[in-house]
Amino acid sequence: MAERSFAKEVEKLRLGKGETFSGEGILAITKALLENGVSYVGGYQGSPISHLMDVLADAQSILDELGVHFEASASEATATAMLAASVHYPLRGAVTYKSVVGTNVASDALSNLASGGVTGGSLIIVGEDYGEGSSIMQERTYAFAMKSQVWMLDPRPNLPSIVQSVGQGFELSEASNTPVMLQVHIRSCHVHGSFTASDNKRPAMTVTDALESPKRDLTRIVLPPATYLHEDEKLTKRWPAAEKYILDNNVNEVFGDPAGKIGLIVQGGNYNTVIRALNRLDLANIYGDTTIHILCLNAIYPLCESQILEFCGGKEAVFVIEEGQPNFMEQTIGHMLYQSGSDTKLEGKGLLPLGGELTGQIVLDGLADFLKKHAPGLLPAAKVAHNDPEPEIPDLTKILPPRPPGFCTGCPERPIFAATKLVEQELGHHHIASDIGCHLFSIMPPFDLGATTMGYGLGPASASAFHNENKDGRKSISFVGDGGFWHNGVASSIGNAVFNKNDGVIVIVDNYYSAATGGQDILSSRADNKTKQTKNSITKAVRGMGVKWVRQLDRTYDVTKMRDTLKEALSSEEEGPKVIVASSECMLNKQRRVKPQMAKAIKGGQRVEKPRFGVDEDVCTGDHACMRLSGCPSLSVKDTGDPLRDDPVAAIDQTCVGCGNCGEVADAAVLCPSFYEARVVFNPTTSERRRAKRTSGIMSWLQKRRDANRIVFA
Amino acid sequence: MSLTKNPQIVARRSPGADGEHIITLAALAVGGQGGGVLTNWITAVAEMNGYNAQSTSVAGVAQRTGATIYYIEMCRDTGRKPVFALSPSEGDVDILIAAELMEAGRAITRGFVTPSRTTVIASTHRIPAVKEKVAPGDGRVDGKAVLEAMGIAADHVVAFDMETLAKEAGSVISSSMLGGLAGSGALPFTKESYEDAIKASGRGVEASLRAFNRAYDCATGKEEAPQPVNPQKALSVLTVPAKLQRQWDALQKRLSNLPQDAQELAALGLKKVVDYQDPAYGAEYLDRVERIAVLDAAPFTMTQRAAKYVSRAMCYDDLLRVADLKTRRTRLERVKDEVSVKDDQVLMLTEYFHPRFEEFVTTMPRRLGRRLSKSKRFKSFYTRHFDKGRRIRTDRLGGYLMLYMVSALRPWRRSLLRHESEMEHVSVWFDKVVEIASNDRALAAELLANYRLIKGYSDTHARGLSTFARVMGALELLHGRNDAADWMRRLREAALSDEKGEALDGALKTIA
Repeated sequence: MAERSFAKEVEKLRLGKGETFSGEGILAITKALLENGVSYVGGYQGSPISHLMDVLADAQSILDELGVHFEASASEATATAMLAASVHYPLRGAVTYKSVVGTNVASDALSNLASGGVTGGSLIIVGEDYGEGSSIMQERTYAFAMKSQVWMLDPRPNLPSIVQSVGQGFELSEASNTPVMLQVHIRSCHVHGSFTASDNKRPAMTVTDALESPKRDLTRIVLPPATYLHEDEKLTKRWPAAEKYILDNNVNEVFGDPAGKIGLIVQGGNYNTVIRALNRLDLANIYGDTTIHILCLNAIYPLCESQILEFCGGKEAVFVIEEGQPNFMEQTIGHMLYQSGSDTKLEGKGLLPLGGELTGQIVLDGLADFLKKHAPGLLPAAKVAHNDPEPEIPDLTKILPPRPPGFCTGCPERPIFAATKLVEQELGHHHIASDIGCHLFSIMPPFDLGATTMGYGLGPASASAFHNENKDGRKSISFVGDGGFWHNGVASSIGNAVFNKNDGVIVIVDNYYSAATGGQDILSSRADNKTKQTKNSITKAVRGMGVKWVRQLDRTYDVTKMRDTLKEALSSEEEGPKVIVASSECMLNKQRRVKPQMAKAIKGGQRVEKPRFGVDEDVCTGDHACMRLSGCPSLSVKDTGDPLRDDPVAAIDQTCVGCGNCGEVADAAVLCPSFYEARVVFNPTTSERRRAKRTSGIMSWLQKRRDANRIVFA
Repeated sequence: MSLTKNPQIVARRSPGADGEHIITLAALAVGGQGGGVLTNWITAVAEMNGYNAQSTSVAGVAQRTGATIYYIEMCRDTGRKPVFALSPSEGDVDILIAAELMEAGRAITRGFVTPSRTTVIASTHRIPAVKEKVAPGDGRVDGKAVLEAMGIAADHVVAFDMETLAKEAGSVISSSMLGGLAGSGALPFTKESYEDAIKASGRGVEASLRAFNRAYDCATGKEEAPQPVNPQKALSVLTVPAKLQRQWDALQKRLSNLPQDAQELAALGLKKVVDYQDPAYGAEYLDRVERIAVLDAAPFTMTQRAAKYVSRAMCYDDLLRVADLKTRRTRLERVKDEVSVKDDQVLMLTEYFHPRFEEFVTTMPRRLGRRLSKSKRFKSFYTRHFDKGRRIRTDRLGGYLMLYMVSALRPWRRSLLRHESEMEHVSVWFDKVVEIASNDRALAAELLANYRLIKGYSDTHARGLSTFARVMGALELLHGRNDAADWMRRLREAALSDEKGEALDGALKTIA
């Protein structure tokens, strides 16, 4: 079950010709796939394209009606390999993943796919996780397109353009026998807009049809001598075919006045930012009408030489506005101009920062500098006038506390790292290798645990070099999530550790979902899933890989046990990896699952216990040791109002879900007796109520008795 | 991101032919604050009023407690689709909504608040970041600077505690922020259209509307916004059994002879101490305070400090104290109130205890305790069988009685090992204070305040003691310096700023 239910969105996928679809960019793409007669779809979830996967997972009925096969691929490599179905058969296939990381994983399959080429339209929708809000290293997918010679579309960030590019992508792929990457930026995926829908199209050929009439063509198989033929074909047939399609179908758009002495070459994805900058300079209206000559590249690879040269012809200067580095497009365009002996001045990264997202301010400054340099006359006088002196705004950067993302309230991973921190307090620091997933938040305060992260499922692999010569010396600790474990970790991390007899400690953080990407089911998920086989045990898999020392913890909140198990693993004489599988359900998903059930039960008069934690403010001394082992959003500080006290005390607010971490930590770390668990019993039984009444009667008698002999302030 | 704008350029959006213009709105929220809901409401309102609207956000880390930005652009529909930007630009934001005070500050540093342009709608409540919470002392940032900066940077400010307001209305902050926005008049939409948007959303409508309307009135100045309440310790009622009345009156008399300026604190301290042990203990307390008072002069800062910290020093946290507090009537009431237990519901209450060997033996009579604490065999025996976490159900008679018994040891507290060690520690400290007080009152006052460093239980308490010792140890270095008091204060603050004591090391180095 994914984090969100997509029932509403699924209905949008049924919209027919002329109806208006309104929603997220990534969902528009999903609809467009169905409108273009796609036969099969695969991919691996991850921001910003998770919703494409989630909505299709919920849309099984529609897919069945249309005869479309959908698969939640095991990895991006799997997804890309899946496109092999379009090598011999005229099947339209689409896969999607987060990039650049996904493309890294996919690149082996991608090279093979690109070499042999495709018959059916093959679309790779890459969610370019670049710029603000990105969760990964800052690289461009563009390089993969260049090296494998697969084409790349980067449509203008509005729903009609994005939807159109899906259709064009399939056609381009078929016209040039080449897979096509459709690049969508983070915000294009999450932008809310609308477009006019068309009817969904049943694929001309389904995967079943293909299976029933198998085909094979030796020249498409990646094996010498065919591979030499493939390379030649890429350059002599597929590339020209691609350029022809792009030009014949005006995939790239031209705006403004061709007579202009200057011009802008813009990636489709950045078009809106450029128009806004021009508007702020009085050179474009809010609808994008402008006199400035703009070549908007919705196809950023390949670049069509004839089109580029025609656009630059007769211009004094051209400004290539390209996001990210290296500036591949600028270099190519410069090369074209130079070879054609053009004397058009080429501007680009010189006026823009080499790396980083092209924000509104950056583009504005770049354009202003470009105009001042090459067409000062165009810059309206009003705009060149000096600003009215603005007041000096005080610098707050010194005082603002950073607010990085962290574990949610009640997260089952928090106690794992609380335990790890306790182990380190006792046994000293260790080399800790982290992995991709929510558990990576351990590198932030208050835990500050983890030295490296080398890729999805590669946590333990990234610690494999650390072989300690003395048997009873320090061991490395590495973490990997259940998602990463199944994605790549089984072989690359666990298998590797077994085979090479790595002695390190490996903690597999199992929270029942691929949680960080939105709570999708994976092999070891505990949920029943109509279309997937879940409930596959991680522990069994680990044993199957040959690990001898395995411990399964079914309640990560037991900090004491977690700590002791870690210590046991670190001190174990056993040869080979020590694997701890720490399992508890992701609280975010659990709450979504359990809350409605609880509410229903309470309404139905059933007996329900609602746990919550609290702090006795008279007992708490305000040293905040508990928070240094928690960082839970619901555990915070508050003033007591007692003039005799200086420091704020710990307090737990109503967002507490009663996971128990506070109490368990206070116990394991022997912090203080301030914490209590209060379980409110809804619809208690009569005997229960009677007993409670009796007990409180006796208690108040005892209290009175005690107070009779002393001065109390109550 | 830097604030440097191209100084030459006056970069304002230009309107369309028909005077229609794009309105930009950015909302900075902390994950889990319902920024998504707010965004949908605003978009709906705009569309209801015949506007084109586009919203973007970076999901993912949003609900995972990080700071997140939601962005909306809207423009009166003239039949053509405007080209909307997908993220806010420095100096190009018309309306900035911040769901927490520091996030408003963040918006300013990022250049999203522009003089004579931006309307800021900010909730002034604080959600302390982890960095602020983990300090051993009080690590919270003072928001005053942010409020001032807001006043300077913004064209128009609507700022009040929208969180409290929403809570009071039984709703969440997204509704009160929408009310703030509507009330600010920054958008050309009627109040009704906002309300319709809320009604259309269908969940928790009543509560949302309550919060919305109240926030609207606060924004328009029609209603007083909820003021920051500095919590006042509930004035505790005093019950004095007849047989103790005389002693109590005597203490009151001594209290009234203390310097006026110190009496309020001394009164609180006396209450605390008597409540902790008995009137005789209160007398001991006053002895100490009076010893300081006679060495003091107006404004009697030293005496006030003594009143405060001597009471804290004498009321050390031992098992008896904890058991006592946890078995009081008032305590149970507070818990019930905190988790809001209704009459037809039952409360199950579990206390988390983990008494170690040290706590156990020091709760023994002096001699026995000392002997046991030396015995290795007993220690290992205890560790083997008793040194573990205990969950005590104080809603059940068994568990309650256990604690009640421990609290009943109070009359014998003076004879327990823990008391002895604590009192030794107190007198060493206090004598030092008295010694210094005669020639450097300011320094003596700081020495008194150093007791703030001792808090927590078990290991945390031990750490506190050693930090205290290190800070007190600096006396040698500071001897005879006229800025000694100031240094002592700095050392203490350093010690309170980080747990590892690195700040303190640094401070100690810089003294000499």
